[in-house]
Amino acid sequence: MAKEALVMELQTKATSLRREALLLMKEMGSGWLGGTFSSADVITALLFYRMKHDPKNPQWSERDRLIISKAHACELYYAALSEAGYFPKEDLKTYSHLGSRLQVHVDCRSPGAECSGGSLGLGLSFAVGVAMGAYVMPDKKNLSASSRIRLARFRVYCIVGDGECNEGQIWEAAENASHYRLDNLTAIIDHNKYQSTGSVEKKMSPLSLAEKFRAFGWETREIDGNNLEEVIDTLDWTGTIVGRPQAIISHTIKGKGIPWLEGTNCHFVRVTDEFIKEAFEALKI
Amino acid sequence: MKTQYLREVKGDHESMYSAHNRALIQLARKDSRIITCYGDFVTGEAGEVFHEEFPDRILDVGIAEGHLITSAAGLSNAGFIPFTHCHCLFGLGLGYNQIRHHVAYDKRNVKIVLCNSGMIWGDIGPSHLAVEDLAALRAIPNLTILSPSDAVSTEKATIAAAEYIGPVIIRLPFINANYPTLYRDDFTYEIGKAFHLHPGDDVAIIATGILVSDALDVAEKLERDGIHARLLDMQTVKPLDEAAIVAAARETGAVVTVEDGSIVGGLGGAIAELISETYPVPLRRIGVQDQFGESGKGEEIKEHYGLSAECIAHAVHEVLRAKKG
Repeated sequence: MAKEALVMELQTKATSLRREALLLMKEMGSGWLGGTFSSADVITALLFYRMKHDPKNPQWSERDRLIISKAHACELYYAALSEAGYFPKEDLKTYSHLGSRLQVHVDCRSPGAECSGGSLGLGLSFAVGVAMGAYVMPDKKNLSASSRIRLARFRVYCIVGDGECNEGQIWEAAENASHYRLDNLTAIIDHNKYQSTGSVEKKMSPLSLAEKFRAFGWETREIDGNNLEEVIDTLDWTGTIVGRPQAIISHTIKGKGIPWLEGTNCHFVRVTDEFIKEAFEALKI
Repeated sequence: MKTQYLREVKGDHESMYSAHNRALIQLARKDSRIITCYGDFVTGEAGEVFHEEFPDRILDVGIAEGHLITSAAGLSNAGFIPFTHCHCLFGLGLGYNQIRHHVAYDKRNVKIVLCNSGMIWGDIGPSHLAVEDLAALRAIPNLTILSPSDAVSTEKATIAAAEYIGPVIIRLPFINANYPTLYRDDFTYEIGKAFHLHPGDDVAIIATGILVSDALDVAEKLERDGIHARLLDMQTVKPLDEAAIVAAARETGAVVTVEDGSIVGGLGGAIAELISETYPVPLRRIGVQDQFGESGKGEEIKEHYGLSAECIAHAVHEVLRAKKG
């Protein structure tokens, strides 16, 4: 497919998923709109462009993995898994209801979800473990040999919040990933500039996330994470890196897609019928 | 008089960590999914063999217990059976949320070996003495908690943990100390089963971990004094062998629990909860009484914290008096 057409298709998909995510939020009466919408384009590009996966066979051992470490941003992710074919669209209406597979915060009861989340700071460590597993060749010397041909069975992508990088374990994971030269691991830092109760800068200045990841030995790029062309180019770039994990500092807009919320700290938003009506106007396809 | 599980006389003193390592090597040779992980922790015999035979299947994550546990959950997602090794207190304290979240909730096939547990370590200091692990871990659903009492049961527990599909905690004492071997090499181990080590209907002693050996000495001495003490070794602390415990309470009418950790929520807490709801009888709990640890030699520590054989015997006489009264 021509790149322009691909980008347009992904843009349409991301918009449509934002609409579906709003309907999930409505089931609960509210949702993590800000961080869900900021990361929407990256999740769309991963699941519908970059990743090797098979919704008909969710446990396929060679599948690429997506770990949503900022697991509150679950609404669009669930919508995307359903869109990809992991479970019927009707299930989305059960989100947050007692007994549903679609629990609040990403939960591995949902087909297609790799692990449950919600306790921030852990997902990147989980991703490092999975990525290591892709390199372990049970009867050969691969991971720990100093000169080797390294073959990873699959790739691992992990979406981490910018505020989440306050958590110390992110950096335990970061040093492990570069120490073990996990070039099949990509962390995408959704840098939407706000965390739960205020701006990332004012809460606990991250200084430069890019410099931090570089210092930890990661190949690092900074991109506009709401520009799908840049997103797919950068995801393609990750596959060319040998011997190092990759960090994408994805500069995004919190609440991207809802004009009156964009760039505000719309972390957790009440979602009413009226809100949906206005938001759907803004998210015309 | 001994039951079928035990040796005629206690065997040589042996490190339980060595026994665990022997089992791990044996497992790794049979099953290519076995992978062993450390948080800058002593690898022992397993380290030597794995580095030679399976260099891909031994990982050290550095001093990062939280990452150790979470990344092991990731390895399990990739199809492996990881065994993690670290200090009990740090795996518990810095890995609790990780155990709860990524191991127990998601029912990962991860085996967490908590080493250097309990109060009787000596020469280390309060910062490293874990007494609250059973209480804290027992409260997490989906976990299976194994607490072996000698080298033979440690080896069998390790193999059983690998065969069991799901999250398992293996609680081991100080890795460099040697403990008397109690069990026969050919005894049949089973997760969830309490092992009867001494028969008796006057009183029940229910013990776990390295103090089982002391409890056995007490039961044998009581026998010579004409008191028939039933000794149960709670090799599995979760799920509890409730039938064996309730039967012991019913048939003896008096219970003493014995552990090297805190009685608050520990084995003593678990048994108090169970028998008070099923068959209440006089009960004394030998264990750490809501205290932090201290530096000192192992035997001194046993005395100081009321964990010695004399203390167990004293508790037995107390419950016997309470039962008669």
